Amino acid sequence: MNLLGFLTRRGSAPVARERLQILLAHERAAFGRSDLVTVLRKEILAVIAKHMAIDGEKVKVTMDRGGDVSTLEIDIELPTTPATPALATA
Amino acid sequence: MAKVLVVTSGKGGVGKTTTTAALGAALAQQGQSVCVVDFDVGLRNLDLVMGAERRVVYDLINVVQGDAKLPQALIRDKRLDGLSLLPASQTRDKDALTDAGVARVMDELRDKFDWVICDSPAGIERGATLAMRHADVAVVVCNPEVSSVRDSDRIIGLLDAKTARAEKGEAMEKHLILTRYEPGRAERGEMLRIDDVLEILSIPLLAVVPESEEVLKASNVGSPVTLNNPASAPARAYADAVRRLKGETVAMVIPTERRSLMSKLFQRRAA
Ligand SMILES: Nc1ncnc2c1ncn2[C@@H]1O[C@H](COP(=O)(O)OP(=O)(O)O)[C@@H](O)[C@H]1O
Ligand SMILES: [Mg+2]
Repeated sequence: MNLLGFLTRRGSAPVARERLQILLAHERAAFGRSDLVTVLRKEILAVIAKHMAIDGEKVKVTMDRGGDVSTLEIDIELPTTPATPALATA
Repeated sequence: MAKVLVVTSGKGGVGKTTTTAALGAALAQQGQSVCVVDFDVGLRNLDLVMGAERRVVYDLINVVQGDAKLPQALIRDKRLDGLSLLPASQTRDKDALTDAGVARVMDELRDKFDWVICDSPAGIERGATLAMRHADVAVVVCNPEVSSVRDSDRIIGLLDAKTARAEKGEAMEKHLILTRYEPGRAERGEMLRIDDVLEILSIPLLAVVPESEEVLKASNVGSPVTLNNPASAPARAYADAVRRLKGETVAMVIPTERRSLMSKLFQRRAA
């Protein structure tokens, strides 16, 4: 190795770090690295709660990421007697 | 009621089984009752690392399928009170593990112990998702190496999506154990540094376990490293990890390179 190469050498780890940051930004977008399901569930629950009283346990959100198709399954069990909506209709 | 912990990684050969045995033994050494469960069906190894390979009669699949009762399958450690092993099957396929059967066995384990530690198989398929399914806490084992970090990232995504807790909308507690870390190589820029990995994965650090010959020595004789040589660097890192899991505040010890006197002198003069 020449002198300049020796002085400027920082090893291969910084390259590894940069490659990982770029790759994982893509993969997280593709596979959804986040608590997306949790967030969705909370927001769906909030929307429904505006209109009827609902048990938090009765909202199920599942996401299945496949190669070609991904599905989002939302399963909401409604109370037998729809409670009065929290929002009055004008 | 036990806390259920899964030791997972995505990638194989990073140190999950070593970590499961070490954490299990360390918890027992600190007075807790623990069961380590081998979910690596078909490739069981936890029995070997724990030195119990000749005592396996029944396994997880037998219990899940109702062919044996849980107490018949549990192997109690001869050296450590409070430590038990539920081995995996060597011959059967993981498809013999039904979701409902695993749920029932996990409930039974929860009643019996303070801690249940599930050793996950490699991969992101059903074996790995079954192992994490009932966990309250996840320990993600990662080496400072690109493919391991990438797979850890995938596993973190699965922990937030495929576990019973995540499905109920509850937060999944996740911790990182960075293992096989070589401080000298990280300092020289040949290996990812601790803060690089932490920044990329952004989950809290539970321990940094150095690369150490003590791990091989311990597995050679079938003894968890925390039991085989409690004073060794990897054993101390695992023992501290366990204290943190129990809620104690323990200062993080980052492994440093053992430099020779000559190189220290040389560096001082150069500085
Ligand atoms: N801190 C360490 N230092 C040196 N070798 C280690 C360390 N941790 C694990 N190993 C070795 O790495 C190999 C894989 O470990 P293992 O725990 O079986 O990984 P996994 O269960 O993730 O496949 C084993 O040979 C083990 O002895
Ligand atoms: Mg293993």
